[in-house]
Amino acid sequence: MAEAIKNRIDLDYSKYDFKDEVKYVYQAKRGLSREIVEEISYWKNEPEWMRQFRLRSLEIFLKKPMPTWGADLSEINFDEYIYYIKPTDRKGRSWDEVPEKIRKTFERLGIPEAERKFLAGVGAQYESEVVYHSLREDLMKKGVIFTDMDTAVREYPDIVKRYFGTVVPPEDNKFAALNSAVWSGGSFVYVPKGVKVDFPLQAYFRINAESVGQFERTLIIAEEGAEVHYIEGCTAPVYSEDSLHSAVVEIIAMPGSHVRYTTVQNWSKNVYNLVTKRAVAYEGAFVEWVDGNLGSKVTMKYPAVYLMGKGAKAEILSIAYAGAGQHQDTGAKIIHAAPYTTSNIVSKSISKDGGRTSYRGLVKVQKGAIGVKSTVRCDALMLDEFSRSDTYPYMEIEEELVSIGHEATVGKISEDQLFYLMSRGLTESEALTLVVLGFIEPFAKELPLDYAIELNKLIKLEMEGAIG
Amino acid sequence: MPTLEVKDLYVSVDGKEILKGLDFTVNKGEIHALMGPNGSGKSTLAYTIMGHPKYKVEKGDILFEGKSILDLKPDERAKLGLFLAFQYPVEVPGVTLFNFLWKAIQANNLDSTSPRIKQLPKSVVDYKKELLEKIKKLNMSEIFVYRPIGVGFSGGEKKRMEILQMAMLKPTIAFLDEPDSGLDIDSLKIVADVVNSVRNPELGIVMITHYQRILNYIKPDFVHIMLDGKIVKSGGPEIVEKLEQEGYAWIRETTAEAAD
Ligand SMILES: Nc1ncnc2c1ncn2[C@@H]1O[C@H](COP(=O)(O)OP(=O)(O)OP(=O)(O)O)[C@@H](O)[C@H]1O
Ligand SMILES: [Mg+2]
Repeated sequence: MAEAIKNRIDLDYSKYDFKDEVKYVYQAKRGLSREIVEEISYWKNEPEWMRQFRLRSLEIFLKKPMPTWGADLSEINFDEYIYYIKPTDRKGRSWDEVPEKIRKTFERLGIPEAERKFLAGVGAQYESEVVYHSLREDLMKKGVIFTDMDTAVREYPDIVKRYFGTVVPPEDNKFAALNSAVWSGGSFVYVPKGVKVDFPLQAYFRINAESVGQFERTLIIAEEGAEVHYIEGCTAPVYSEDSLHSAVVEIIAMPGSHVRYTTVQNWSKNVYNLVTKRAVAYEGAFVEWVDGNLGSKVTMKYPAVYLMGKGAKAEILSIAYAGAGQHQDTGAKIIHAAPYTTSNIVSKSISKDGGRTSYRGLVKVQKGAIGVKSTVRCDALMLDEFSRSDTYPYMEIEEELVSIGHEATVGKISEDQLFYLMSRGLTESEALTLVVLGFIEPFAKELPLDYAIELNKLIKLEMEGAIG
Repeated sequence: MPTLEVKDLYVSVDGKEILKGLDFTVNKGEIHALMGPNGSGKSTLAYTIMGHPKYKVEKGDILFEGKSILDLKPDERAKLGLFLAFQYPVEVPGVTLFNFLWKAIQANNLDSTSPRIKQLPKSVVDYKKELLEKIKKLNMSEIFVYRPIGVGFSGGEKKRMEILQMAMLKPTIAFLDEPDSGLDIDSLKIVADVVNSVRNPELGIVMITHYQRILNYIKPDFVHIMLDGKIVKSGGPEIVEKLEQEGYAWIRETTAEAAD
């Protein structure tokens, strides 16, 4: 039976694997240089401070060495990528204003439908630029801002200037520097004091062209007591040449606010996904990262929360799936910089067909942060003997009056579990599906219903489909 | 034709021979008790009949209604009407019994037009109704079926969940592997009541047990004693009395004599 388990789980990608023949307004030539960065800045018609920020970031990028830890990045050739593609001249406020081919793409991905059903606002990015943006009228009236980052730089310079690059400075790491130099698109979310956004805001990122880099930049600010749930989805067609996705996400959670950020990335298996996501949480604020990694060739992503104010709280819940040729190097990072802060990390990973998952996590408690509570739990499931899973949990505890828990399990699907389920009449693939869905259930139940259903479908399709 | 017939069965696990020429027959409507010392191979027999991939049939055959089932997978055997209440039920994190059992019933419904299948609920509404009735009979709370299978259940709760599944799936031949071990006296009586309530001419039960107590509630028609991979003695309920008084030494002696 163990042998039959192989080749059973492979996420079905056919739904996302289609390419469009789109005529772009502008496409940069391959490679990265000062000229390219200036061109991007020129096309965006942005203020001088941003142009300077980009150029400074480029210097940092060029100086910083590639990370030598984590996944294998040796095949990345920065000269091969196209760093900027402008797909259209203007951004639509209704889907009718979006060029037909691009609109069809998003329809195929189900975005307008989800918008009608349960979203408070939607952003859609195609290659380097956001092509559509909407926000429910009543939220607009309450002062909520949900727009693309480029527009925000022009229209809300004060807020942007105050926070942009403060949570993830370009010096942070090579890919944060890269993003800072060539960033384009992404979301800007601002929720004023006390405003609760009742339905999720969603952004969808689509890469269509080959060898293209997507470098969106997202900034979320929740003022005191505000609440917001932001969802992000991403896909690309399958190409033989690699693409690069390197985003930066910054969240500022003011006292008493609550921010939840949900991502399920399902990039095609030729995408390098190297993302820096970080939040700061002030007194009594609550930040949640719900982070699903199913696609990409290589992902390195460690959502972080800096707990800066007393009683702030963080939860990081993630799943990773790695099939043939995939390496998901994911994890979480929590800095307890204030007393009575709490954090909870749950990480689940599944590897199959030689796929590799790594959990890399850091929990740091700074001196003086008394009464801190932190729990970390990582479970890995390997579906065959060719796959691999590693755990690298780091703890830096500088305070004594804290409570820290860590639990890790690494398991194979047990023959006895499958036999038990089959002995009631389920086929082997049905039994396997059930065990895997059960394994990721703690994650799935945190997703909005439609996404949970989609996730379950993805996993089911492959496991049941493959047995024929 | 016997419902289930085990013929000269030799079974090994990881190269170790455990069943060594076992013969055994059970029919619909009959209740059999299967007893024997620890390690004699009772669970091995049950697993083998259900098709556990680790248990290799080296020789002999297992026939269900006259046809060999050796090539069938566990789910195919389940759909024929075989059932096993596990001695050690497993845990399946994140999967509720409610969902699992409904999937199992749907899988059974798909496959066959046998009289057994006709009795299974066809809609989730009927399923839920029947499930709740049966949970009540087992004197359990509904919350157990909405919790992940086995996770955090007590030994006795796990056993009752096995009986619940049997009652819902309405098998033709059910092996109950020590349904009584770990149960307190009240639970034992409840489990016995439920087993008695599902007794019918279309169901054959093989109860594996170490103790007479459950057999006082569920009267077996036949009792078999297993020793070192074989059934060495079969008879009526009177065997149990004697076993309680004299232990397995008595069987060992008589079989040794017979072998001389
Ligand atoms: N999966 C296995 N791997 C190795 N040995 C096994 C396995 N299953 C059973 N055995 C061995 O086979 C023999 C019979 O085991 P089995 O569980 O069938 O006994 P049993 O009669 O059910 O005992 P008990 O009354 O203790 O439940 C034992 O010696 C046991 O160690
Ligand atoms: Mg046993």
